[in-house]
Amino acid sequence: MADEVKLFGMWASPYSRRVELALKLKGIPYEYIEEDLSNKSSLLLKYNPVHQKIPVLVHNGKSIPESLVILEYIDETWRNNPVLLPRDPYKRSIARFWAKFIDEKILITTRKVSFTTGKEQDQAMEELSEQLKLLENELKGKPYFAGEAIGYLDIVVANFLVFWFRNLQEALGINMFTKERFPIIFEWIEKVVAIDVVEVCRIPKERHLVYIRTRLEAIKSASK
Amino acid sequence: MEGAVVLLDFWPSMFGMRTRIALAEKGIKYEYKEEDLRNKSELLLQMNPVHKKIPVLIHNGKPVCESLIQVQYIDEVWNDRAPLLPSDPYKRAIARFWADFIDKKIYDQGSKVWKTKGEEQETAKKEFIESLKLLEGELGDKAYFGGENLGFVDVALVPFYSWFYAYEKCGNFSIEAECPKLIAWAMRCMQKESVAKSLPDREKIYEFILHMKKIFGIE
Repeated sequence: MADEVKLFGMWASPYSRRVELALKLKGIPYEYIEEDLSNKSSLLLKYNPVHQKIPVLVHNGKSIPESLVILEYIDETWRNNPVLLPRDPYKRSIARFWAKFIDEKILITTRKVSFTTGKEQDQAMEELSEQLKLLENELKGKPYFAGEAIGYLDIVVANFLVFWFRNLQEALGINMFTKERFPIIFEWIEKVVAIDVVEVCRIPKERHLVYIRTRLEAIKSASK
Repeated sequence: MEGAVVLLDFWPSMFGMRTRIALAEKGIKYEYKEEDLRNKSELLLQMNPVHKKIPVLIHNGKPVCESLIQVQYIDEVWNDRAPLLPSDPYKRAIARFWADFIDKKIYDQGSKVWKTKGEEQETAKKEFIESLKLLEGELGDKAYFGGENLGFVDVALVPFYSWFYAYEKCGNFSIEAECPKLIAWAMRCMQKESVAKSLPDREKIYEFILHMKKIFGIE
């Protein structure tokens, strides 16, 4: 029986893009369905009734929501290279720890950076800088977060920092994430973007800048 | 797999309880170290510099942080007995999904139940019960979320049962009236030694919450 893989995603979501990158790295053919988040399809609501969010992977009719859960499912189901999560349980626990740190702590800080100004924004940027430094420490002595080759944590960080955050900071008119301040991460970025499927999964920049600016405006005026 | 195991913990923490249960299920001997959260030990700050929180599992001197990550680590290292995650990738994904759901909803919603009053508390109670009902739906007719035996989701959720009595007293409602199947499940879990010896007495949790309310100035 041929495998049927569908991904319900959204072009500007780093969570959706991280799943696409994992599928492409493993060479898994899939059908991509773009969701309009202001008008969610009945299929999305059927496949993720609890959170009603993207991304959702549907494999032979069975649905898996939550991007980090999907990444582990992909790695356990398609066991070809690249193996995304480390085989060693301790190294695996470290990879999971940092992915959670990004999705929980770093995300909250980037929201503070996006929605504050003046001193408050400066403080938020300082906090974000510290968090990114912690992340950078994880790269020391290794070409990739996963070790010798791209893996789970590289996928998470690439989609968050390389594709999403760099556009966000440009849209906000700030420039805190630079090569000078984070040389090790930027060296890693160069290696990652040289991988052909990574370029294919990149969020298109110009369209993304417009999207971010429009959303920020909408949220700011809604809160007035 | 042998080697010293230490758990840095705080007795009322539902998160610490998860790790205690997993260690007990696997029959792993470990040293339990009680932390005073107002005066965190050097060891805690050294082993969890990023969050400075408990629980921290230390195995052969190396720290594993975050309770669900610890439970998975324990399951993967001591993989010759009492499996907590199923072997099928799809069933594993579903277990991880519901454990993540519990992390995202139950702690915060439960906290709001005892920390707030009036309208805010009524909303908190409603949301909390809604989440428990979703979990009840997932349990279905199974003895445990893990099927015939305790699994990942059981371990993730059952610690909150020790806090239910306190939530009920503070919120003046009955969780059993709304979610009888879930309470039946919890009591089934409490029959297991690993759970019974990992959860503190519910009266002690209630006393602890009353004490917290005094400190935070919550009526």
